[in-house]
Amino acid sequence: MSDIESLRKAVEAWKAGVAKSAAKFPERRASFVTGSGAPIESLYTPLSLEGRDLAADLGLPGEYPYTRGVQSTMYRGRLWTMRQYAGFSNAEESNKRYKFLLEQGTTGLSIAFDLPTQIGYDSDHALSQGEVGKVGVAIDSLADMEVLFDGIPLDKVSTSMTINAPAAVLLAMYIAVAEKQGVGADKLNGTIQNDILKEYVARGTYIFPPGPSMRLITDIFAYCSKSVPNWNTISISGYHIREAGSTASQEVAFTLADGIAYVEAAVKAGLGVDDFAPRLSFFFNAHNDLFEEVAKYRAARRIWARLMRERFGAKSPKSWMLRFHTQTGGSTLTAQQPDNNVVRVAIQTLAAVLGGTQSLHTNSRDEALALPTEESVRIALRTQQIVAYESGAAETPDPLAGSYYVESLTNRVEEEALAYLRRIDELGGAVKAIEQGYVQQEIQDAAYRYQMEVEKGERVVVGLNKFQIQEPKPKGLLRVDPSVGEAQVKRLHALKAKRDNAAVKAALADLETAAKGDANLMPPILAAVKAYATEGEICDVLRGVFGEYRPGSTF
Amino acid sequence: MDRKIRILVAKPGLDGHDRGAKVMARAFRDDGMEVVYTGLRQTPEQIVQAAIQEDVDVVAMSILSGAHNHLFPRVTELLAAKGVDDVLVVGGGVIPEDDYEFLKSKGVAAIFGPGTPTKTTIDFIRANLKRK
Repeated sequence: MSDIESLRKAVEAWKAGVAKSAAKFPERRASFVTGSGAPIESLYTPLSLEGRDLAADLGLPGEYPYTRGVQSTMYRGRLWTMRQYAGFSNAEESNKRYKFLLEQGTTGLSIAFDLPTQIGYDSDHALSQGEVGKVGVAIDSLADMEVLFDGIPLDKVSTSMTINAPAAVLLAMYIAVAEKQGVGADKLNGTIQNDILKEYVARGTYIFPPGPSMRLITDIFAYCSKSVPNWNTISISGYHIREAGSTASQEVAFTLADGIAYVEAAVKAGLGVDDFAPRLSFFFNAHNDLFEEVAKYRAARRIWARLMRERFGAKSPKSWMLRFHTQTGGSTLTAQQPDNNVVRVAIQTLAAVLGGTQSLHTNSRDEALALPTEESVRIALRTQQIVAYESGAAETPDPLAGSYYVESLTNRVEEEALAYLRRIDELGGAVKAIEQGYVQQEIQDAAYRYQMEVEKGERVVVGLNKFQIQEPKPKGLLRVDPSVGEAQVKRLHALKAKRDNAAVKAALADLETAAKGDANLMPPILAAVKAYATEGEICDVLRGVFGEYRPGSTF
Repeated sequence: MDRKIRILVAKPGLDGHDRGAKVMARAFRDDGMEVVYTGLRQTPEQIVQAAIQEDVDVVAMSILSGAHNHLFPRVTELLAAKGVDDVLVVGGGVIPEDDYEFLKSKGVAAIFGPGTPTKTTIDFIRANLKRK
C-alpha cells in the first residue's frame, strides 16, 4: 500500500473515531467557518493538497509565482516599512505629526488629506463646509504643500499619498516641493493611491467619469515611467473593498480585476507592459482570521504573477511581483472596550507580516471613536515593532508555507477569486461590472450577511455581542479645532491676492486645451501647480471638460 | 399605523463611508419600511428637498468624517424653516458621545454609534415617530 493510501485509511479511521466521540462530546459548533464564512474541515493533512503541484504553486521566496514572497530573504534583508497614515487640521499641525512619527521610528510617511482635497474642492467651496481639516490635512495649493513638508528632506523619506481622483495634482505639487528643496524627481520615492475604480465601489471620493479617470491614470503611468522612475504610480486597493464588507476572496478578486483594467487601459494607451507594470503596487486589509488573511496575500501574489506573465505577456520579473501595503482593519475595531482593539491590531499585524507585506499601517485603538490621539498612535506603532523585533515572525520568509491548512486556504481563496475574475471578464471587465453595479451588490450582500451574523450571535465580537460591560464615556479623544476651516479659507484668499493671477489663468487655459486633446496631462498640471493655481481651480477645469461621475444609489 | 413607515437614508457631506448607511437601509426594508437612499455627497438642502418630495416620516443620516456638528443641525434647521415639524431625524456614524447632547438640542432625536444592533435603531424609530 502506498504512503498516501495508508494515510487515507488512517484519516478515515481518525474521522470515524472523532464522529463517535462527537456523539457524546459534541464540538463547540455545528460547523466551523473562516472570518469570511468559508467552511473549515475538522482536519488538514497531505490529502488536502492532493493533486496540487506544490513546487509550481509555491516556488521559492523571491521566485515565480511569488507565493512565498517577492524578495528572496524577505525580512531577513530589511523589515517592512512601518508607515502610519496621518494628517489632520492644517499643514503646520500635520507637519508636526510627521516629524513626531519620524522621531518615533516610523520609516515612511503616509499623508491623509481632508475630504475637500480628495474630491478636488478648495477649502472655501460650499461643499467643504464642516469638512476642512477633519479626516486629513487641507491642501489648497503648492503653498500648503511647502509647509506640509517643511524640514522633511524628500530624498530621504518615502511618502505615500492617499489621493485618487486628483492624484495628478498632488503628485505635481510633491514634485514641485522637491524641486524647491533641490531634489530631482528621479530621486523621489513614494506612492499615490490613484485607484479610481475602487472609489466608485467602496470609498466614494470620485470626481470624473470612468473614461477620463482612466486617462488621467495612464497619463501618470506614462509620465512617471520617464520622469519619476522610482514612484509607485498606483496603489490598487482592496482595503476599502474589505472595509465596505467584502469577504477575503472578494477583496482579492475585485482588487485584481481593477488591476487588470488598469493594465489593459495602459496597454491600450500604447505603453509597453514592462515599462509601467513594475511600478504598480497594491494595498490590502488585515482582518482577524490570521490564517485566512495569510492565505489571502499568498493567493493574491500567485494569481497576479500568473496573470501578468500569461495573460499580459510581461517579460520582466518585476512586472510579475505583487508588492503591497497593508493596513489593519478599521471595521474590526469596536467602540466598546476600545483597549481590546490593541489585541486585534496585534493579530492583524502578525497576519500582514506572515503574509509578506512590504509596508504596514497599524490602526489605533480609538479609531471607532474619533481620530487617534498621539498616545494611541504610539501604541499602534509599537505593536509593529514588537512583532518585528520580539515575535520571531520576521526571521524566515513565509513561515507558514507547507501548513496543510494554510496551503488549503490559499488554494481556496485562489479558486474563489479566479471564479469572480471569470465572471467579471464575462461582464466585460471591471469598469463594466462596476457600471452595472455587480461589484457593489456583491459587497453589500456580504456586509449585510456579516451584520446579521453578529446580531444573531453566530459571530462573536468580544465586548460587542459577548462579554459586554457598562462603560463610562470615553475620555481624551482628539478633536480638530473648528477654527481650522476659517483659517484655511483666509490663507487661501491671501494666496489668491498675492500670486500672479495672469500666469494662473494662462496655465489653466493650457490645461484646458490639453484636456480637450489627447496630450499627456501631467506637464500642464505641473505648470499650473507651480503658478500656484489651486487644486480646486485645476479640478474645475477638468470637470468642465470631463464632466462628473453620478452614481446610481442602490443598497 | 396602517401605512408603511417611509424613511430617507441620507449621507450628508463628502464622506464616502456608506457601509453602515446601506446596511441600515436594508435592515429598514427588511423590517417592512419603505426606504429611499440618497447616495453619497448630499448637501443639507438636497436632503431636505428629498425628505419633502418623498414625504418621509423619518430622516436617518450617517456620517463618519467628523462633520456631523455642522451638517446635522443644518438639516434640522432647514426642515424647520420649511415648516416641517413632523419628521423624526436620527443620526449614526463615528460621533463622539460628547456631541450627542448638542445634536439632540438641535433636533436630532438620537445618535446610534458603531456596534449598535440594527434592531435598536428600528425599535427607537417605531417608538418615536412624530406622525402617527
